[in-house]
Amino acid sequence: MTKVVLPTKGPLMSGKGWTVFFIALVAVCGLAPVLNIVVPADSAFHLSDYGVALVGKIMCFSICALAMDLIWGYTGILSLGHGLFFALGGYMMGMYLMRQIGRDGNYHSDLPDFMVFLDWKELPWHWTFSGSFIATLILIVVVPGLIAFVFGFFAFRSRIKGVYFSIITQAMTFAAMLLFFRNETGFGGNNGFTDFKRILGIPIATQEMRMTLFALTGITLLAFFLFAKWLIASKFGRVLQAIRDAETRVMFSGYNPLPYKLTIWVISAVMCGVAGALYVPQVGIINPGEMSAANSIEIAIWAAVGGRATLIGPIIGAFIVNGAKSWLTVVAPEYWLYFLGALFIGVTLFLPDGIVGLVKKLMRRDKGPTEGVVAARQALAREAGEEADAQETGMGPIVDLGAKGARA
Amino acid sequence: MTPDLMEEGARRVALHDGIEYIPQTEAGGGSADFGRHAIPGEVDITHGRILYLEDVSVSFDGFKAINKLSLDIAPGELRCIIGPNGAGKTTMMDIITGKTRPDSGTVYFGSTIDLLRHREADIAQLGIGRKFQKPTVFEQLTVFENLELALKTHKGVKSSMFFKLDSKQSDRLAEILETIHLSSSVSRMAGNLSHGQKQWLEIGMLLMQDPKLLLLDEPVAGMTDEETARTAELFLTLKGHHSLMVVEHDMSFIRTISEIVTVLCDGSVLAQGTLDEVQADERVIEVYLGR
Repeated sequence: MTKVVLPTKGPLMSGKGWTVFFIALVAVCGLAPVLNIVVPADSAFHLSDYGVALVGKIMCFSICALAMDLIWGYTGILSLGHGLFFALGGYMMGMYLMRQIGRDGNYHSDLPDFMVFLDWKELPWHWTFSGSFIATLILIVVVPGLIAFVFGFFAFRSRIKGVYFSIITQAMTFAAMLLFFRNETGFGGNNGFTDFKRILGIPIATQEMRMTLFALTGITLLAFFLFAKWLIASKFGRVLQAIRDAETRVMFSGYNPLPYKLTIWVISAVMCGVAGALYVPQVGIINPGEMSAANSIEIAIWAAVGGRATLIGPIIGAFIVNGAKSWLTVVAPEYWLYFLGALFIGVTLFLPDGIVGLVKKLMRRDKGPTEGVVAARQALAREAGEEADAQETGMGPIVDLGAKGARA
Repeated sequence: MTPDLMEEGARRVALHDGIEYIPQTEAGGGSADFGRHAIPGEVDITHGRILYLEDVSVSFDGFKAINKLSLDIAPGELRCIIGPNGAGKTTMMDIITGKTRPDSGTVYFGSTIDLLRHREADIAQLGIGRKFQKPTVFEQLTVFENLELALKTHKGVKSSMFFKLDSKQSDRLAEILETIHLSSSVSRMAGNLSHGQKQWLEIGMLLMQDPKLLLLDEPVAGMTDEETARTAELFLTLKGHHSLMVVEHDMSFIRTISEIVTVLCDGSVLAQGTLDEVQADERVIEVYLGR
């Protein structure tokens, strides 16, 4: 009998993949700043400030979509509360930015304006670390992470699954929104935080600062993408997919799913928190509206449109949906929600694997027989009395994400 | 035998087994268990039983699925379990693997491990593998990845993140691929396998876990005659090294592999013996064979 050839682990990305990755890196760190700052405004190649703000914002959303993909696409846990983690990261950054206003506010006080308005004499306890940038950076990771950990621990330990989990995450973000709406909570209530002046003592509204934040967001997105890629390529990633497809089998194979679910849940929440922290200085405002139920649902739509369980798909999805949103809300603002609903229904019905799934399908059609066809041919060959050759069984890189994509 | 002779004997046994021996002389040898050394995590089969159920009962909404069931299995034994539908065969496996908690009774793995105190994943790591009635494999992963996941190793989050298959493990994987006749399908998606192949893959995943006890719920359902014959062959080679508990309805398959057959009915043991013996039993004929 011939020796079995075991598949070897390939590199993290193909040569082509790395090329695209570095092009993207150069685009956000080099090309975009040059087009925005150096190229004169009347040139056709000039990147407008509006464009910078828009792409910067969408890159933050892409991080959320990527985070959603890890928990939903790969682990099969649909969270409809990721907007909360995004907002929490944003609020942590917002608190720091509020303190950076210093005495330049309307009331010329050391306290943020809304506190003066509420006649508060000193900072509440949870503002203790808001003065330090380093502490803020830590809190951006720790606060969403900790809340996700506590929530996830109890939910996963009680083995809450499927739609029930989705509903309680939705309830969680809604409850948080109501809490943040209250003035007593100390987060600026209804209005949230706005009117930021500077970051690290540097004025925030300059072109250079905007470009810096833009590049930083791009680098973060690419770094998270690589991290997600590594995570999914590891055995950890395969256990997640196994949990999605047959959780009891995972348990009876000796894995306790709880720490796995909890780890990816917390990673996902932290990614959203970081995205929120990058988002706030770029758009200049954070309020409880970010925690609304619709926002969290939108994140899931980005992931679904792009293609779940593909990593690149949700990023593409975030760009397409948000691009369409910013165009349509200008052209026909009243139709946006209808469009979004129709898009979601359309994708669910006709593109269960999203745009990336569609592209893969089209490419495979061009390339020749699919795995199923190869298998059928082999079965025929076997019936004809020939032993199938190990080499032709598809040792190649045909990875079928086709017919039965990730479904929560 | 004097306490110091026993002491010396115990020291030698410890030396032979390569474990550290702690002298017990202060108690005059009285408190020391010189007969054997219980090693944590090791299944103690010195009493000749690998699985031991006594007076186990469980009811669902008043229906007694398992009713004072007592059963034991010897190391290396291949035990077949038969019984009409609703006899409690699957529920019994659920109890052994920690999926269902019994209302009363004791379930021991070896003579030291109380299975009722462990959860599913722990029980699997202790060395009890289970094949479900409906083949459950990870459909979106390849045959190779399915087996790799089942491989006996540390199963924590961190070890999974940095896991790399070493050459010994690769050899084991290749060997099992041969055993389950899937070597030509290493890179195929498990979801695209035929029903019989999925059954084989699931059995292969159990073997990767290297369990001491295998619980197999209808392992040959949906297999062709040729595949069934191969399965019987495989089980007979496993016997001796592993203990097996096979639930099946296929009588000819049972005839090929069985030594002792246990008949379950209404949640307890109705009869036990060779297949011919139980088939001759009046009560069995009445409830099960329906003749």
